[in-house]
Amino acid sequence: MALNAQHEIHSRRFGRNLGLALVLLAFVALVFGLTVVKVTRGDPMQGFDHTVRPEMTPLDPAAQPEAGQ
Amino acid sequence: MSDIHANGDMTREGEAGFGDYVALLKPRVMSLVVFTALVGLLVAPVPVHPFVTFTCVLFIALGGGASGALNMWWDSDIDRIMRRTKGRPIPAGRVQEGEALGLGLALSGISVIMLALASNIAAGLLLAFTIFFYVVIYSVWLKRSTPQNIVIGGAAGAFPPMIGWVCATGSVSLEAVLMFLLIFMWTPPHFWSLALFMNSDYEKAGVPMLTVTHGKRATRAHILVYTIALVPFALAAGFTSIGGPAYLAVAVALNLMFLWGAFRLWRRDEAQAEADGYAAEKRFFKFSLLYLFLHFTAFLLEAGLKSYGLGGW
Repeated sequence: MALNAQHEIHSRRFGRNLGLALVLLAFVALVFGLTVVKVTRGDPMQGFDHTVRPEMTPLDPAAQPEAGQ
Repeated sequence: MSDIHANGDMTREGEAGFGDYVALLKPRVMSLVVFTALVGLLVAPVPVHPFVTFTCVLFIALGGGASGALNMWWDSDIDRIMRRTKGRPIPAGRVQEGEALGLGLALSGISVIMLALASNIAAGLLLAFTIFFYVVIYSVWLKRSTPQNIVIGGAAGAFPPMIGWVCATGSVSLEAVLMFLLIFMWTPPHFWSLALFMNSDYEKAGVPMLTVTHGKRATRAHILVYTIALVPFALAAGFTSIGGPAYLAVAVALNLMFLWGAFRLWRRDEAQAEADGYAAEKRFFKFSLLYLFLHFTAFLLEAGLKSYGLGGW
């Protein structure tokens, strides 16, 4: 048998792999596009950024000045 | 060195190509899903960014495809028996049952999550329910147990415009329900007219189609009754925010023609039908496709006219 014999099964598998690669690339592009659209339109979203965000800590009612005083 | 995989036991003669996996998603059914979901999204009163619209329709279609793959997994035993479905990837031996199940489940998860992320949770949940309904309620439970299977199964095909609407608005409203009912009530006459002239092997496969269990006479009567029941919903949509004079004119004309066609089918008997090769039945089936397409096109037309300050009431 020749060293580089190309069985029909190889071309079919190549087609399958190529198809999957294209689908995955399209998915990445889609998620990226969706992110760009959502961010530029100012949709509400938050990402965890490993920093303390004081605005997210619950307010202590005792520390708040009461209304009308 | 030779490649042992090329000739060894690890290769199957009928190993799947990429197209076989695409065929599992029933691309022809998908076209109806894409069109109606797109119309549902475009006629909604809330404008949606074109890219988000594209994404939503894509994942609604993918959800539909996923349920198609799950349906082929479950029905592979009867697909092997019926001539019409023998060439599908699983009965033909190109795709294994487990592969179809895996693909269907994976795509269901991806489509539901991505739709929820692209639009809103309600739309994602509605898509999940649609897949559940088509696969579990229709395919697994009712398809093989009642001759009304087509009626109930029609609900699965009727959800896409409602999902499209929910993608834009975040909730279900009368307009979305009427678009749902339009497809839901249209499905029985559409499929039963096909069953009248298609020489199917449903009997052999043990699927209780109405033509098999109750005969063609009863099927003709059912077609007429469902067509009459369809008309009020088709016309009622014309008086909502997605309708208008143009839609109503189209709907009146289409429904009169559809009613006349159903009445003619009801009056015919098998001798007449066989004499002319089921010409009227075939015409009615073809017209039913046009009927649905033109109704949804008329919704789009009204939405288009509205953007120019015309259309609507």
